[in-house]
Amino acid sequence: MSEPIIRVSALNKIYEGGFQALKQIDLDIQRGEIFALLGPNGAGKTTLISVICGLVNATSGQVVVDGFDNQADYREARSRIGLVPQELTNEAFETVWNTVNFSRGLFGKPPDPEHIERVLKSLTLWDKRHNRLITLSGGMKRRVLIAKALSHEPRILFLDEPTAGVDVGLRREMWDVVRQLRESGVTIILTTHYIEEAEEMADRIGVINNGEIVLVEDKAALMRKLGSKQLALHLHEPLDSVPLALAAYDLQLAANGSELIYTYDASRTGGAEGQESSTISALLADVEAAGLVFKDLHTRQSSLEDIFVDLVKER
Amino acid sequence: MNLYPVRAIYMAELSRTRRTLLQSIVSPVISTSLYFVVFGAAIGSRISEIDGISYGAFIVPGLIMLMLLTQSVSNASFGIFFPKFSGSVYELLSAPISYLEIVIGYVGAAATKSVVLGLIILATAGFFVPLEIAHPLWMMTFLVLTAITFSLLGFIIGIWADGFDKLQLVPLLVITPLTFLGGSFYSIDMLPPFWQGVTLFNPVLYLISGFRWSFYGTSDVSLAASVAMILLFLGVCLALISWIFRTGYRLKP
Ligand SMILES: Nc1ncnc2c1ncn2[C@@H]1O[C@H](COP(=O)(O)OP(=O)(O)OP(=O)(O)O)[C@@H](O)[C@H]1O
Ligand SMILES: [Mg+2]
Repeated sequence: MSEPIIRVSALNKIYEGGFQALKQIDLDIQRGEIFALLGPNGAGKTTLISVICGLVNATSGQVVVDGFDNQADYREARSRIGLVPQELTNEAFETVWNTVNFSRGLFGKPPDPEHIERVLKSLTLWDKRHNRLITLSGGMKRRVLIAKALSHEPRILFLDEPTAGVDVGLRREMWDVVRQLRESGVTIILTTHYIEEAEEMADRIGVINNGEIVLVEDKAALMRKLGSKQLALHLHEPLDSVPLALAAYDLQLAANGSELIYTYDASRTGGAEGQESSTISALLADVEAAGLVFKDLHTRQSSLEDIFVDLVKER
Repeated sequence: MNLYPVRAIYMAELSRTRRTLLQSIVSPVISTSLYFVVFGAAIGSRISEIDGISYGAFIVPGLIMLMLLTQSVSNASFGIFFPKFSGSVYELLSAPISYLEIVIGYVGAAATKSVVLGLIILATAGFFVPLEIAHPLWMMTFLVLTAITFSLLGFIIGIWADGFDKLQLVPLLVITPLTFLGGSFYSIDMLPPFWQGVTLFNPVLYLISGFRWSFYGTSDVSLAASVAMILLFLGVCLALISWIFRTGYRLKP
């Protein structure tokens, strides 16, 4: 694997007042990936991003961006990073065009109207370029923040809850933009509360809770490792215990004995999948043979959401 | 040093001024005109000459200084306070720019505005009283140095302030009284000896005195003292700003 584009080592942040928001964080972000940082409110997502981008002073530890220390070589490090903050903030009375060009200049780049035009068009803001920011809707304002971050052609883009308060259609549009960016080689780190978003977008997922990185994993591997399927049989007559005849299967009773639950690994692919379904057929035959009548059955697959809730609860 | 960010900040600040042209240029000009009407014409006509200069002409440098100090402080403080307040300061802090570049952009813009304003007020004064400027180069030097110094002070106040009330506090409670008591409208010779002594502790006196000297060649304190005082001010402000950025005071948690 190539050198990570961001390397965070032993990072601690204790805010004034003594609250420790980040605890000994080690994290590598790979070149060109989409990395999703998941965590409940107050987990430290924004703090971590802020330290990497230079908005918050670290208490201890180091951040290296593309080989440059973000303190000692802050110019090199920061020029590679675009940041879309969580809060909607902007100069209300400026026009879209001016504010996006301002960002480019601020990052030390010579004016490039064609690039700005491309960015605005990709975010469907081109028609609004002469509007003052105060006249835009919330979703548009968020896109302006993205345009500002992209104005200086960053190699790394941080999106702190990019789709908070954005409608479903627009959210899909943003995901498309993010994918296009990734294809052009931009590394993307996004935070989100929407598991769906991480599941849809990310190559890798990191879970942060109480200032600690709880887990970092390939999304596919994570789903495989923790993703299990359940088959639930809704029984006509509740049971006190699992009948002896079915002891060979790993079954649990739920809902006061009116549900019989069979948990199996959904990740076994190909032949194994076929094997699993033949097990299920056998199970159903045995259930019938045991004289149990069920009125309904359904399957459930644990989503990232379940995994996430489990992980965070464990702590 | 990268000039693009400096230019971006400088131009954005000036364009903010353009948007608020009325309050930034017109209102100081109107209030100065009122001073001239009241002090220069109405009351001034009954006051005898000071050091051989008519009272109306005597107050011109003081009035310009009054406007220069208050406007520099309020412009520069608002310029950096507003992004802090709205949250858009995140961009400034995450940009690959040095503190020096940020300061040059913001303070440069505020000082430019003050200098232009000072010259406009000077021209306005020309309508009310006959003007003569004995040392135009010195006059410009004082004008520019004072604008820069007090814009730096304003920048510091803008970073320090965590609410609009504090933003108003320093100009109202410190700058305006010091300017009024620093001989804008009188020569300190007109004060009783005790108060003359006290006034010598007022740093603004030295600025006004030097500035008046560049007009009429008369002053309350020596030119060297005036120049030293303004350079001292400048040095203190620069030191404070470099400390602010080194520690991230009120900018970075
Ligand atoms: N400037 C600050 N001073 C003191 N404590 C802070 C400061 N900023 C954040 N915190 C605290 O640090 C913790 C982490 O905050 P952070 O904003 O990083 O969380 P987050 O994961 O981004 O949450 P959310 O999902 O709500 O955005 C919180 O408990 C918060 O109260
Ligand atoms: Mg956050």
